[in-house]
Amino acid sequence: MSPHPRDGRDAILGRVRRALGVGAEDAERRVAIQKRLYDHVRNLVPARTKGSADDLIKQFKEMLESQSAKVSEVGTADEIPELIAKELRDNNLPSRLRMGDDGFLVEIDWDRAPTLEIERGRSDGHDPVGLSHALVGVSETGTLILISGADNPTTLNFLPETHIVVVRAEDIVGPYEDVWERLRETYGERAMPRAVNMIAGPSRTGDIEQTIVMGAHGPRRVHVIVVEE
Amino acid sequence: MQSTAHAFKGNAARALEDRQLQEALANVPKGFVGKRAEARARLPEFDALRDQARDLKNHVLANLDLYLEEYERKVFEVGGKVHWAASAGDAREIVLSICREAGAKTVVKGKSMITEEIGLNDHLEGAGIEPIETDLGEYLIQIRGEAPSHIIAPAVHLTKEQVEADFRRLHRDLPEDRRLEEVDELVAEARSVLRDKFLAADVGITGANMLIAETGSSVIVTNEGNGDLSQTLAKVHIVVASLEKVVPTLEDACTILRILARSATGQECSTYTTFSTGPRRAGDPDGPEAYHVVLLDNGRSELLGTDFREVLRCIRCGACMNHCPVYQAVGGHAYGWVYPGPIGSVLTPSLIGVEEAGPLPNASTFCGRCEAVCPMRIPLPGLMRKWRELEFEKVPPPFAQRFALKSWAWFARHPRLYQFASGLVIPVVARMAGKKGAFNKLPFGNGWTRHRDFPAPQGRTFHQQWRNQKRRRARS
Repeated sequence: MSPHPRDGRDAILGRVRRALGVGAEDAERRVAIQKRLYDHVRNLVPARTKGSADDLIKQFKEMLESQSAKVSEVGTADEIPELIAKELRDNNLPSRLRMGDDGFLVEIDWDRAPTLEIERGRSDGHDPVGLSHALVGVSETGTLILISGADNPTTLNFLPETHIVVVRAEDIVGPYEDVWERLRETYGERAMPRAVNMIAGPSRTGDIEQTIVMGAHGPRRVHVIVVEE
Repeated sequence: MQSTAHAFKGNAARALEDRQLQEALANVPKGFVGKRAEARARLPEFDALRDQARDLKNHVLANLDLYLEEYERKVFEVGGKVHWAASAGDAREIVLSICREAGAKTVVKGKSMITEEIGLNDHLEGAGIEPIETDLGEYLIQIRGEAPSHIIAPAVHLTKEQVEADFRRLHRDLPEDRRLEEVDELVAEARSVLRDKFLAADVGITGANMLIAETGSSVIVTNEGNGDLSQTLAKVHIVVASLEKVVPTLEDACTILRILARSATGQECSTYTTFSTGPRRAGDPDGPEAYHVVLLDNGRSELLGTDFREVLRCIRCGACMNHCPVYQAVGGHAYGWVYPGPIGSVLTPSLIGVEEAGPLPNASTFCGRCEAVCPMRIPLPGLMRKWRELEFEKVPPPFAQRFALKSWAWFARHPRLYQFASGLVIPVVARMAGKKGAFNKLPFGNGWTRHRDFPAPQGRTFHQQWRNQKRRRARS
């Protein structure tokens, strides 16, 4: 790689320490830093993240809608196929969608919408519609949390022009910090899945004359389905 | 990139005469300023979060060595690799050698100011590798061969008519009757051209808004999704970031995220915030096979030990330039290097020397709006003032200027004489101005009177008016 990579590292850290007037063997600082890395102390969390489950769901919906996403609510997961089939028809989209091996999505009775053609796996850029399951919904900014893996391929979040995301009402939390708590339970201390995608609506750009246009590179439409049961 | 910061005055004068630029710049206060104010009003904790973010970053800077070590260790644990680059040249070489090893022909890039700082595109092109900017604004300036004029809206200096002309010139397959008058038509055209580039690229390069010491993650914040496509589709993902981007924990990242988008575009949050941790895992159907981080110093470690350390808190939101009357008037290119606006006026002399960039800290009215809106509470006017002092030591101003200031200072230190002399002169000047009360021409004052009248003194000095008022009050 670079001519002397170790030299680069040691020289840079040496300069940082000289500038700070500290040594490498600074036990007191090291202990303080370790504590900080493991204690997960929350900084100021906005008051808007507190409220009843219904309040948070309402906030989650309103924020997403204000960010140009469409939000629907269904009572049970079995209502999802017909809802999607109708949505695609109404928007003149092909009734073909692609999803991963996500347990929640696979369990859905897709035969309820026989016209829907369902493909599985990552996208190569030729899928009109992607379907994903968000692990969590964050109400404070109307943000979906998608986790990479065979369950929910990352390419489905960005390549299809229409992205449909299912989230369970019970997975809607107030602040971002609750997401990290959930992830630490699953992945352990100081660990993360390869990609955590926070998504708050369709792709957009304001790069030409500050005029906001949807569908810059990612989905033009994001449709969020909140499942109550 | 070759700096023209030394020529700020000439650059600025040309910018003021450029009507197309002036038309485009009118969009800055219209969009960003109002939206930030609304976002701030919607979050009562906004200013308290700014205080916390400032303290957080100060803590990071005081322990930067240890957090960088922790960060590097975690990246290594998840199968990524960290490369340390002392200089811009080192960083360019490291990126090029990774691209060569991957056998790369084309590289797609997410938006990254650091790759602008190190001049990466020219270096890759020189080595036969095609870099393609995929952020719409960056793409527009790349095809024009320009530098960004804003750190989050790189093409803010362009009008849609200019963009249409560029697309018609460069996109060969474009049918002549294709409509490209509206912004959404232009965006759709760029989307289809760049989509093919994403799918064909061998390497994806992004910057990082943050690096997380707790988990070894890099974070990008975007609205277009281009950074995500760059880093997800290519075989190799290279993150290029400067040292000070590291924060301790995921919780700390939340604090920065809560002020970043609100300060930048006035959004509650950007559309996409992505935490990337290492390469593709076992069972992953997508994602890069290799994950590299190039950590750039390029003078920052030296800054840590100086008064200018505070600029290292910057999170590159652009609020300072959006609110700056000088930036609003002349745009970003006049500043002559990578970082424009108030942050550029402090950062550029720090990175390329005050001998070259001396005019920048002088390009300020010291109105203080930049400091008032900075989410990280960087005292930008104070730091500019420090650069002015250093510049005075290193590059003393011409004799005439020093003589004029010295004469004025001598008078100012002799108040009786000063008041006597001004008491004589002011009524005369006031009478010369006549009924209009202003001059439209002044000897040696052409720079002022070309654009506006110079108001004449009111007929009495400030001291005389003050005394009169005191006397009136005493009587009543």
